[in-house]
Amino acid sequence: MLFSQYRHPKLTLAEKIWQLNWSLVLLITSTALIGFVMLYSAANGNIEPWAYQQMIRFAVGLVIMFLVAISSIHFWLRYAYVAYLACLGLLLVVEFFGATGMGAKRWIDLEFISLQPSELMKIVIILALARYFYASRMEDVERLSYLIFPVILLAAPITLILFQPDLGTAILLGMSGIAVFFLAAVPIWIFITGAIAGIASIVPIWNFVLLDYQKARVLIYLRPERDPLGAGYHVMQSKIALGSGGLSGKGFLAGSQSHLSFLPEKHTDFIFTMLAEEFGLIGGLVLLSLYFLIMIYGFAISLRCRHHFGRLVGMGITMAFFLNFFVNIAMVMGLLPVVGMPLPLVSYGGTSILTNMIGFGLILCIYINRDVTFRPGAADR
Amino acid sequence: MHRDNDRYKAYSRRAVLLLGGNVILLSGLIGRMYQLQIMEGERYKTLAEDNRINLKILAPPRGRILDRFGRPMAVNQRNYRALLVPENILNINTTIAALSQILNVTAREKKRIVREVKRRKRFSNIVIRENLSWRQVSQIEANALELPGVMIDVGESRFYPDGEASASILGYVGMVSEQEMVRDPLLQLPGFRVGKTGMEKVHDVALRGKGGTSQVEVNAFGREIRELSRIEGQRGSEAWLTIDNELQKFVSKRLGERPASAVVMDVHTGEVLALASTPSFDPNIFKKGLSQAEWKQLISNPHSPLNNKAISGQYAPGSVFKMVVALAALEKGVISKNFRVFCNGEMELGETFFHCWRIKGHGHMDLFNAIAQSCDVFFYEIALKTGIDHIAAMARRVGLGQKFKIELPGEKAGLVPTRAWKRNVKGTKWQKGETLLAGIGQGFILTTPLQMAVMISRLVNGGRLVVPSMTRTVVPFAGKPPEYTTPPSFKNMGVHASHLGLVRKAMVAAINSPFGTAYKARIKEPEFFMGGKTGTVQVRRISKTERESGVLKNKELAWNERDHAVFVGYAPLEIPKYAISVIVEHGGSGASTAAPVARDILLELQKRDPNSGSGAMQERREVRLEPKIQAKKFLREG
Repeated sequence: MLFSQYRHPKLTLAEKIWQLNWSLVLLITSTALIGFVMLYSAANGNIEPWAYQQMIRFAVGLVIMFLVAISSIHFWLRYAYVAYLACLGLLLVVEFFGATGMGAKRWIDLEFISLQPSELMKIVIILALARYFYASRMEDVERLSYLIFPVILLAAPITLILFQPDLGTAILLGMSGIAVFFLAAVPIWIFITGAIAGIASIVPIWNFVLLDYQKARVLIYLRPERDPLGAGYHVMQSKIALGSGGLSGKGFLAGSQSHLSFLPEKHTDFIFTMLAEEFGLIGGLVLLSLYFLIMIYGFAISLRCRHHFGRLVGMGITMAFFLNFFVNIAMVMGLLPVVGMPLPLVSYGGTSILTNMIGFGLILCIYINRDVTFRPGAADR
Repeated sequence: MHRDNDRYKAYSRRAVLLLGGNVILLSGLIGRMYQLQIMEGERYKTLAEDNRINLKILAPPRGRILDRFGRPMAVNQRNYRALLVPENILNINTTIAALSQILNVTAREKKRIVREVKRRKRFSNIVIRENLSWRQVSQIEANALELPGVMIDVGESRFYPDGEASASILGYVGMVSEQEMVRDPLLQLPGFRVGKTGMEKVHDVALRGKGGTSQVEVNAFGREIRELSRIEGQRGSEAWLTIDNELQKFVSKRLGERPASAVVMDVHTGEVLALASTPSFDPNIFKKGLSQAEWKQLISNPHSPLNNKAISGQYAPGSVFKMVVALAALEKGVISKNFRVFCNGEMELGETFFHCWRIKGHGHMDLFNAIAQSCDVFFYEIALKTGIDHIAAMARRVGLGQKFKIELPGEKAGLVPTRAWKRNVKGTKWQKGETLLAGIGQGFILTTPLQMAVMISRLVNGGRLVVPSMTRTVVPFAGKPPEYTTPPSFKNMGVHASHLGLVRKAMVAAINSPFGTAYKARIKEPEFFMGGKTGTVQVRRISKTERESGVLKNKELAWNERDHAVFVGYAPLEIPKYAISVIVEHGGSGASTAAPVARDILLELQKRDPNSGSGAMQERREVRLEPKIQAKKFLREG
């Protein structure tokens, strides 16, 4: 009996829909609307090629979000590891296919749509870690041996993603994973020791583990100015565009920097710059406020939840969402190195939308199932 | 519940801590926005207005591919292109319509351009058409006002002077596909080409070179006004191959349009001098991109021009495998030099008859004559005595059933069957009759032309484990030939020298004795004599009734039922230097089809080698007498 463990009575579908946190849905949709407007502007006032596509993707994303929201929370607990293994497998497949492929075949195959398992991993890793910690006791998490397994859970996808190489996603994955550890009440001294050990191991790893070409890749990440047309130039142009926006911006479709193509990738990673150029500080603050409100909702829903699984997943996803937009905006303002990370709900891109909507779906699902409690071992039944 | 309370307390405390941290970081972002937009806003506004400087990437010339003597095999040509600058277009349809009057833009091209405008980052330009004529260039320049967003630039495009002749080696370059388009800005240049297959792909990164940069001042519409500074890129490295391009052209021409392939290599160094696969394709047509129809035509051609048959075609070796069987039998000690078998044209095993190609039989045969005359019954007999596993071990030693990691993509391993293989893969027991078939190189066994060239090299180079190679070196452009490192000396494969000697003598006779299978295809100039072995690979089963009524001739059969013609050979006779393998798919008998091709190639090759033939004749005259003496001996024995 699936629902026998629930203290809360079974909810009907109608009740679930009634219970949906509609104000959060409204916030998400408003943020996406800003995205459509900016993509319309990025194409010089055309709905093609980006805005229209993005709307369709968002619509599909909404449906998926609702489906996730009305699903049983028990389902996610039970299949967290399965999803993790599947996603890890996909990562391996990507690694494998990166190496082979006939030249002629690739060249003729123009209609291929790429799926990025590393994006999905952002959600799945949080589920898997929450699944591990959901029934842990305070004594458990103080034992180092208890932490070996979740550390492996986290390290495996990070390693694979680092080899892709995608430093941005790997760091984001690491940070949101560590946040789950932190929320699971792992003692502070372990984090401090871990940090020290991590820093101390950099030198031997550099000298003995990494191959020359891998070192070269890391160096390019750390010193983008090595690449004259690369990140350094982009960030300089991005700062000029952003700064010249002033308090209220140059006006919709009137961002000279963006429209004269000084600004690269304005529909993906640098879309915030375009927003700030055309709508100024006010426009930027509106978007930041929307993001902040979404975060607060995630935070409140997690705290209100009665079961530890939901608390960990909810806060984990909220943290990942925060890191995602924080790193992107800090990057385009020259505060962090350019690592290639889209602005959630706003940047053009299919997998990013899908991941974010699944994440919000889970938060809504936790909200609906906030009063459910699991018995220990519920995941295995 | 008490426990959960503790846990919840810790959780909520930490969640609040995290949120607090986030709020601090967010304030940092807002502070930075305030700094950039309000405090320094005016400064950036002026910067934005003066922002007329754009950075451009300069494409480096792609490195050439040269043959062993520095003769160009792949070069660059000047190429006038019409580009589309997306941000300058007012309306894509009117621009293309106006352009059509000059360039005749097809509907398909228009579709591609519109799609690229949508897909590409707007930062980069799009190629409308390449290789423009002077007339077209001047017409576009003259009508520039009606063509907003269209510009002309001079680029370089790849050119393969010998077209089809070397396509199987060089491969071709093509547009960067979406998957290949990584963050490297060089790859995002309009019309940039990368190697798609062949040597172009193998050495692609080295051939590309490094992009330079140029700072240009532009007006408010993005048009360039003048160049401010320029950092030159680095032209791509040059790949020096082991190929002799003149020979390559000769081989390719000699094979013609038949589905066939040939490999010529140096028996000591393993350097591949020519590697041809026909029918071929012209790599120059890939420059502009193929239409679906053209591509389909290439793909669906039954003679598969895109497939490099020399390394990925797998064939039963037929009678050229007999040398391997002979060496295995000699090594196992089941036969000696004088072992004889009486061939009456067939051999009975159980209920089945195994036939010799010569219906009336060869009479008494020893090893020497059995190779020279390619007697099947003799090899049925000794294959049975030797056993499949010993034969397979010898086949692997001479280079069959394995990949050599030759640089080209698509190399196949072939197949050397053993008892264990049959059990594991087919799930059935090995049959005696299958050993018989293996004895004449038929049945499960599969080899590639490259492997056969390696086999013959190892048989005649003193038994050393030579490995084929195709690239001598890849070096930055220097304008003079690079120095080569001396090729490695290869280990000995440990086959007894007297056994190798016996097989080699038999291969001399197979060509040069009037009883040899390829006597008609011998080289007649004594200073250029070659040795070798023919093979005729049956691709169909001959039924009992057909045997009784007389086996059908190749000419009477449908093309794809005819035998494959195979030949392996080497030259010169005394100190072998060159090895060759030739396969003509469904070409009939090895002696009539493959051997003459190999003869012409080996003759041409030796005539052009300053160290062989009449020049070296004086020193070698004494050694050279040997085959003639032998030839006389065959006459007596026969």
